[in-house]
Amino acid sequence: MTTQTSQLLRFTTAGSVDDGKSTLIGRLLYDSKSIFEDQLDAIEKTSQRKGHDGVDLALFTDGLRDEREQGITIDVAYRYFSTPKRKFIIADTPGHIQYTRNMVTGASTANAAIILIDARNGVVEQTKRHSYIASLLQISHVIVCVNKMDLVDWSEDRFNEIVSEYEAVASKMLVKDVHYIPISALKGDNVVNRSENMNWYMGAPLLHSLETLHISSDINKVDARFAVQTVIRPQSEEHRDFRGYAGRVASGIFRPGDDVVVLPSGFQSKISRIDFDTKELNEAFAPMSVILSLDSDIDVSRGDMIVKANNQPEPEQDVEAMICWLNNKAARPRTKFSILHTTNEQKAMIREVVYKMNIDTLERNMDDKEIGMNDICRVKIRTTQPLMIDSYRENRTTGSFILIDDATNETVAAGMIL
Amino acid sequence: MNKYYLDHLEELESEAIFVLREVAANFQNPVILFSGGKDSIVVTHLAKKAFYPAKIPFSLLHVDTGHNFPETIDFRDKLVESLGVYLLVGSVQKSIDDGRVAEERGKNATRNSLQITTLLDTIEEERIDCAIGGARRDEEKARAKERFFSHRDDFGQWDPKNQRPELWNLFNAKHFEGEHFRVFPISNWTEMDVWGYILRENIAIPSLYYAHERRVLWRNNSWIPESEHLQIDENEEIVTKKIRFRTLGDITITGGIESDADTLEKIVAEVAAMRETERGNRADDKRSESAMEDRKRQGYF
Repeated sequence: MTTQTSQLLRFTTAGSVDDGKSTLIGRLLYDSKSIFEDQLDAIEKTSQRKGHDGVDLALFTDGLRDEREQGITIDVAYRYFSTPKRKFIIADTPGHIQYTRNMVTGASTANAAIILIDARNGVVEQTKRHSYIASLLQISHVIVCVNKMDLVDWSEDRFNEIVSEYEAVASKMLVKDVHYIPISALKGDNVVNRSENMNWYMGAPLLHSLETLHISSDINKVDARFAVQTVIRPQSEEHRDFRGYAGRVASGIFRPGDDVVVLPSGFQSKISRIDFDTKELNEAFAPMSVILSLDSDIDVSRGDMIVKANNQPEPEQDVEAMICWLNNKAARPRTKFSILHTTNEQKAMIREVVYKMNIDTLERNMDDKEIGMNDICRVKIRTTQPLMIDSYRENRTTGSFILIDDATNETVAAGMIL
Repeated sequence: MNKYYLDHLEELESEAIFVLREVAANFQNPVILFSGGKDSIVVTHLAKKAFYPAKIPFSLLHVDTGHNFPETIDFRDKLVESLGVYLLVGSVQKSIDDGRVAEERGKNATRNSLQITTLLDTIEEERIDCAIGGARRDEEKARAKERFFSHRDDFGQWDPKNQRPELWNLFNAKHFEGEHFRVFPISNWTEMDVWGYILRENIAIPSLYYAHERRVLWRNNSWIPESEHLQIDENEEIVTKKIRFRTLGDITITGGIESDADTLEKIVAEVAAMRETERGNRADDKRSESAMEDRKRQGYF
């Protein structure tokens, strides 16, 4: 039964148009028996009506009406399936319109990325783009699926050629753990079941790889960081003296008795107790949501960060970061934004665009300083009050932020601190 | 020995609690949309855990169609009393009486879509700036695109093609006067996760979810319960069956399945073996392929 203890793996899928991404997701869900009968019936009917051969598994991932009508995907959609070993969340990101914005969004919470390559075309510009985004967002595991192997006669040579091409691309980026799998999503080879057409491939099929990726060590267990969400002060007789700070451990481990510092004030204290619901805990680690109480009566509020005294982040008003612009409207020079970093909100301004990244060629453009939709740029940002930051590479939670346009309230940029 | 990772239910719980605390910190007047169904019960349970030893800092809002299972109302009232929270009721009957909406006609008539008006009116009258719901992305294809923090314009409408991107756990809750948010803390849960969690936490749920004998008729592929609101055709026949409900909505449209599962363990085992989606028994989703999307755009849950 699937209620047993199992870990959660979040992954994103990237591929250019017609690489067979929807078919792959459909195949994963279908072969792992995650498609229900009534859903399958609906897809079968639609397939017949549209005159497709057999069941078009790609239809399973269509969502909004416009998407079904136009046969495209507009927005990130989330899919769920589980096996006895793991529960999976797929962030299914569209192949063309606003690609960068959507893949960055999907990648921000992912442990792993599947990058699809059409075996006939090999590594193309979009492959580089997808890999760059995966490395920018620091996805810990990348699985390169060389798809449509049936159309290249299941050729081992072709597969090896593409692996070498990809290795050349990956060497220029920070992609940590790369796996390569030859598959045919359409025929089902090496997706859930081992391929009988490619005996030369000694590795595991895709699902098995997803089930066994080692993700426990992806979380930073060294730098203890706890951003306060809200203060818990019960207005009841029974708990009148209780004053606790609710939040989610971003990284590291906290225990009662730990010497801590509250930032930005710098007040020192000790953790007196850690609670969750009616239980008192002897430790809390990421990503647990708990309540910390301190043994001294100091002023702590939302946006403050509790850290260990011997390991503190840098308080910075000048932040250098890579940002991805998410909005149709271009960035206007010297506009003020709200910046949301952990639970801390301040005002911020982009002081300087250092360079713009051409994510197809991976070249830095030092002259073009206009920031528009889907652009990825290195910028210098100035904030009104210091932020308690770590680099994104060391800490995805305390190294990330979003910018919000105060005129429209829209989220206009995602930032990764260098 | 310590393990330094959470299992999937613990991680989903922690994520939902983080979301609920962000709601408390970002909004003036948030409510939990409470239907008496298992998903809103789980959300309420999570809210209790998120703020303990303080009370839940939200009211519960029940949009009452008047076509309820009596068991649901009993359950609701007991829960409200035990939690010490404030209950708001938006009445669809009142919206009909006030001429804000008109009752559907015919044997498949439901008050399902009428709830939209009552909900939006209540949100406006009570100046609610955030309505927390138990919707999940695995339920339905339009919901697969939903955000945790979902913005609604001042007409209460959802614009699925123009949603704010949502990255990491940084939730943008900013809104102008008159606009509101729908927040879905259990977005990433599946039906199986909800049941697994109810079992693990031993959460009380209405008796309707357990197998019981009931007078029903066979319509649209499920067992529809007999009630004062049900119009019965000549060729339809009331029979007594041992059934249970997988979801709870209006008594007129919620179909049961034949089952012997009379304990939580048996229900979980049955759900795990189930080969049809839970909304398959909901007549409201069968109207067209984009029935849910259309209702959501207008302001549905």
